[in-house]
Amino acid sequence: KHGGCARGRQDKQSEGRRVVFMGDDTWEGLFPKKFFRSYFFPSFNVKDLHTVDDGILQHLYPTVDSGEWDVLIAHFLGVDHLRWGGVASWSLVDHLGNDTLLLVAGDHGMTETGDHGGDSEKEVNAALFVYSKTPLFGTSPPEEPEAVPQVNLVPTVALLLGVPIPYSNIGEVMAELFSGDGDAVSAALQQLSVYHINAKQVDRFLHSYSLVAQDLPAEQLQHLQELFSGAMEEHTQLLAQVQGETLVPPALESRLGSLISRFQLYLREARAVCTQSWARFHPLRMVGGCTLIAASCLLCYVASELAASSGSFYRSCLLYPLLWGLVVAVLLGLAHAFTQEGLDLLLVLSWAAAASQLGFFWHWWGQYPKRRLRACLRLAFPMGILLFRCGAMFSDSFVVAEARVAPFLLASLVMLLVGKLHWDGRLTVPEGPKQQLLGFSSYRREIWYLLCLVAMLLVCVRLSGFFHQCREEIPQCRPSLFLSPLASLRNTRAKNLFYLLCVALLAGLVYAVRSWLRHYGNLNSSDPLVLFVRWCFPLVVLCIACYWAVASSADDSLGKLQELVQVAVVAFPWAVYGLASVGLLLLLCNPMTVFAKDTRESAGSIVTPYLGVPSSEVDFLHVIPQIYKRMQESQKSRLERGSCKATVAAYGLGSVYSAALVIALTLLGFLLMLLHSERLSLAFLLLFLEAFVLLHIHTRAKGLPFSVPWYAVISWLLAASQFFYSTGHQPIFPAIHWNAAFVGFHLDHSTNLLPAVLVGANTFASHILFAVGCPLLLLWPFVCEMPSSQKKKPKKEPQEELQEVEEHMMEMRLRESPEKFSTALLQLGLKYLFVLGTQLLACVCAAMILRRHLMVWKVFAPKFLFESLGFMVSSICLLLGISLVMRVDCAVSTWFSQLQLR
Amino acid sequence: MKEAEVRRLLAANLLCVFSIILSAVVPASFWDGFTVFGTHLAWLCICSVCVSTLNIILHLVLKPNLSPKRSSFAHKISRFLKCCIYFFMSCILFHAIIVLYGAPLIESVTETFLFAVLLSTFTTLQCLCMLGPNIQAWIRVFSKNGATSIWESSLQITTMCSILGAWFGAFPIPLDWDRPWQVWPISCSLGATFGYMAGLIIAPLWIHWNRKQLTYKSR
Repeated sequence: KHGGCARGRQDKQSEGRRVVFMGDDTWEGLFPKKFFRSYFFPSFNVKDLHTVDDGILQHLYPTVDSGEWDVLIAHFLGVDHLRWGGVASWSLVDHLGNDTLLLVAGDHGMTETGDHGGDSEKEVNAALFVYSKTPLFGTSPPEEPEAVPQVNLVPTVALLLGVPIPYSNIGEVMAELFSGDGDAVSAALQQLSVYHINAKQVDRFLHSYSLVAQDLPAEQLQHLQELFSGAMEEHTQLLAQVQGETLVPPALESRLGSLISRFQLYLREARAVCTQSWARFHPLRMVGGCTLIAASCLLCYVASELAASSGSFYRSCLLYPLLWGLVVAVLLGLAHAFTQEGLDLLLVLSWAAAASQLGFFWHWWGQYPKRRLRACLRLAFPMGILLFRCGAMFSDSFVVAEARVAPFLLASLVMLLVGKLHWDGRLTVPEGPKQQLLGFSSYRREIWYLLCLVAMLLVCVRLSGFFHQCREEIPQCRPSLFLSPLASLRNTRAKNLFYLLCVALLAGLVYAVRSWLRHYGNLNSSDPLVLFVRWCFPLVVLCIACYWAVASSADDSLGKLQELVQVAVVAFPWAVYGLASVGLLLLLCNPMTVFAKDTRESAGSIVTPYLGVPSSEVDFLHVIPQIYKRMQESQKSRLERGSCKATVAAYGLGSVYSAALVIALTLLGFLLMLLHSERLSLAFLLLFLEAFVLLHIHTRAKGLPFSVPWYAVISWLLAASQFFYSTGHQPIFPAIHWNAAFVGFHLDHSTNLLPAVLVGANTFASHILFAVGCPLLLLWPFVCEMPSSQKKKPKKEPQEELQEVEEHMMEMRLRESPEKFSTALLQLGLKYLFVLGTQLLACVCAAMILRRHLMVWKVFAPKFLFESLGFMVSSICLLLGISLVMRVDCAVSTWFSQLQLR
Repeated sequence: MKEAEVRRLLAANLLCVFSIILSAVVPASFWDGFTVFGTHLAWLCICSVCVSTLNIILHLVLKPNLSPKRSSFAHKISRFLKCCIYFFMSCILFHAIIVLYGAPLIESVTETFLFAVLLSTFTTLQCLCMLGPNIQAWIRVFSKNGATSIWESSLQITTMCSILGAWFGAFPIPLDWDRPWQVWPISCSLGATFGYMAGLIIAPLWIHWNRKQLTYKSR
C-alpha cells in the first residue's frame, strides 16, 4: 500500500562517501541528487512488484562486484508483499568482501493478510538480518534473538561508516558490530569508545533539547545527568589506568564490562524518558474533551431549537447554567488552594464547562417538551450532507482530497435544495384548474432566475478549483499557477497582463459594492462613514495596486530607485492597514448610513415619499427610495388630525444593517487580499461572488421569516471551507504562506504576536470573511424583499397603497419585533456554532481514534490543529459579526430617539 | 387491473436489468479482451445502445401512455426529431454538470461525455419514451403527487436512483486503494448503472407495497 517502506541494505550519509541507490523512485523525491549513482524504478503501481525488484537484481551484482561504492542501498519493494528478500540476500553473500556488512531490514512487519500501518504486535515487529564475513559474535550467538529498537540502526550505521551520529538520535549502538577481530579486551575497548561517543551525543541532544522545550520532567533529566557524569568519570579513570597499564586483563575485563553496562543503562533510560514524554496519550482526557465538544454541539442544537419557544428560556437555560459553571470553577479553585496542589487551569475550565452544560441539560429536560420525530426527518437532507462531510474526516484519503470534497458537497447541497423546492411545488404557482396554461409563464420566470443562480454558483465552485495548493500525498498534482507572486513571473507581458487584470477586478469589486450601496440608498448622507466609502475605498484600491506594482517589480534593477522601492514596499501596506482600521473604527463609532430628509418644518403637502417625491429628485439621487415611516402610529394619528402634515424620508434605512456588514466585509477583504499573493485576489473575488449568489439562492428558497434554515448555514460553512482551499491553503505546515508575515515589514519583527496574527489572518481568510458575514443570512431576505413587491403596482384602492408602503419596510421589519430579531440572531449564531462544532468534533474524534495510524502525523494531526484554530477564529469572528449588527441596532435606536426629540 | 399493470411493469423492468447484465457479459464471448473495466468506453457505448433500444421497443410494444389523438406522419417525424434534439441537449447538459461537479475539463473528454450519454439514457430517454418531448409534463411528473400512473411513478424512482447512484459513485475516487474501477468515470458509471438497476427493481415493489396509498389523478 505505501510504496516506500522496506528499507534495504545500508543507510546513507553522503559526506564524501559514494552512495549508490537502486530501487523505489520515491527516494528520488526525498533525496534529489544526493547519490553517487542511482537506479530508480517506478513504484507507482503497487500491483506491479517486479519492475522494481527485477531492476535491482539486474544491477545489484555488477555494482557490488565493481567495488565503486561505499554504501549501497537497495530498496526492494516485493519484500513488502512477498517474503523473498532472503533469496536475493543469500546469493549476494558470495559477492561480498571481508570488510562489508550486509544489513537486511524492514521498517515494519505485516499482519496475516499482508497489511501494515496499525499498531499490532505483528506489524510493529520486523526482522533484522546482519551478515558479515568477519565473525560478529566472539562466542556462539545468543539462542533467543535479541530485539533491537529501530532507532539503534542510525548510530550503528553512522559510526560504522565513520560519520558523526545525527544530532537528534536517541538510539543505542549495537555493540556486537564493533567487536572487530582482535581479542576480548581490544573488542571491549572499542565497544567502550563507541558507547562513549554515543552517550556524549545523546547527552548533548538532551541538554539542548531541555533548553528549548520543557516537556521532559526535570527530576528525570537530573537523574540521567547523574548517570551520565558518573559513567564519564569512571571512563576517564579507566582510560588513565589502561594507559598506565596498571590493570591486568581479568580485572580490566570486568571493569570494562561494568562500564559498558553503565553506558547502556544511561542510553536506555534516556530513550525510555524521551519515548514516555513524546509518545504520550491521555485517553481519559481525550474522551473527556470529545464528550465536552459533543455536549456543546448538542447544547447549541437544543438551544437553537428552544430559542424561539419562550421568554423564560434565557434565564433558566442560559444564565443559571453559567452560574453553575462559575460556582464549580470557584469551588475547584478553592479546593486546589487548600490542598496546595498545582492548579491545572485546563482541568478547572473543563469541569466548569461540564458543570454548566449539565445545568443546561437538567433545566432543559425538566422544562421543555421534546421534539417529535417528524421534525427531525425534515432536517434529514442538510444534516445528511453534514454527516458526509464529517465522515470524510475519518479517512486519510478524504482528508487529503478535502479540497475537492467540500465543493462537491456544496454543489450537491444546492442542487438538492433546488430539487426539493421543485418537488415540494414551491417553484410553481399554486395549482388551479385554469392555471395549468397560464401558470407556466410565471413559473418559468421564477425558475429561470433560480437556475441561473445555481448555474452561477456551480461555475464559481468549479472556477475556485483552479486556485488549489498541492499536498505531497498526491504526486501528480501541480500547484496552481496563481499561487506564486507576480514577481516570480519571467514573462513581462504576462506579468503586466495579470497585474492589470487583478487591479481591474479589485476596482470592479469596489464599484460593485458602491453601486450596491447606492442602489439601496446608503450612499446619500454625508456621514464620515459614507464619505469614507465614497472616497477612501478607491484610495485603498490605489494603495493596494501601487503595492502590487512595487512588490512585483522589486527584483528588477531600478538603480537609484531601489531605496524608494524599499520605502514604498513598506509604506503602501501600512497605508492600507491605516485606512482599513480607520474605516472599521468609523464603522464602530457611527454605523448609520442613512440619509434622513426632514420635511416636517416645511408646510408643504403630505410627502409620502413613495408616491410624491418628484421624479427629478429620484433621478438626481439615483435611488429607488427606501421609505420607512417613523413613528407610524403617531404620524398616522397626526395625519388623521391634519394638524401637522409632515413626514421624515429616510434613504437607506431598509438596508442599514446589511450595509454596515457589507462595508466591514469589503474592508476585511481588502486587508486579506493584501496578505495574499496578487493573483489570489481573483479567488477572493470569486468568494464574494459565490457568497452573493448563495445569499440570493437562500433568499429565493426561504420559508419562514426570522429563522435561517439549516441548509443555508451548512452551505455557508461548506463555502467557507471550500475557499480555505481555494485561497491556496492546505491543512499542512509546508503550505502556510509565511510571506504574509512580511507584508508591510521589512524582514524585522520585534514580537512574535504580529507575524502570528498576519499569518493567521492569511491562513483563515475565508473563515474570517464567512463568519463575519454570517448575519447576512438573516438579513438578506429582508433586503431583497423589494424587487418582488415592486413588480405589482395596482393602485386602485387606498388599502393597497398602504400595503405597498408597508411592504417596503425591509430590514425595519426586524425593528418592528426586536424580540424576534434578537432570538433570530441568537439562533443563527447557535446554528453556525453547531455546524462548526460538529466538524471540529469529527476531526477531533478522527485524531483520537486514529492516533496510532500511519498517517497521523502527516494528515490527521495537522488537520486537527488547523481545524481547531479555524474553529476558534470562526467563532470569534462570528461573535464580532453579530456584535456589529447589535451595534448598528443600538445606533438605529438612538437615531430614532433623536428624531423623536427633534 | 392494477395488479396486472404492476406485473407488466415488473416484467419490463426485469427485461431492462437483464439487458444491462447481458451487455456486460455477452460481448466478451465474441470480443477477446473485453471487460467492463478494461474496455470501459466500449461497454459504455454498448450498454447505452442496449438500454435505449430495449426501452424504445418496450415503449412501442407496451404503450403505457396511449395518446388518443391520431397524428400525421409529419407530426411523428417532427416529434422524433425533437426527441433526438432533447436527448442530445440533455447529454450536453449532463456533461456540463459533471464538469462543474469537478470532472476534468480537457482530459478524458470522451469518457465524461460517454458517461453523460449513459446518464441521459437512464434518465432522459425514459422521460422521452414515457412523456414525449413535453417539458411541462416532465416538470409535473417530477414533483410531489405529480405521477399519474404507475409508469410515471416508476420513472420517478428509476431516474432518482440513477442520479443518486452516479453521485455515490464519485465517493470511492479519492480513496488510495488503487483499484482499476476507481479510475474516472468507471466508478460513477457503475454507480449509475447499479442505481438504475436498483431503481428498476425497487419501483414495482414499492408500488406494490404502497398500492393502497397511491391514488392517481387522471388528467
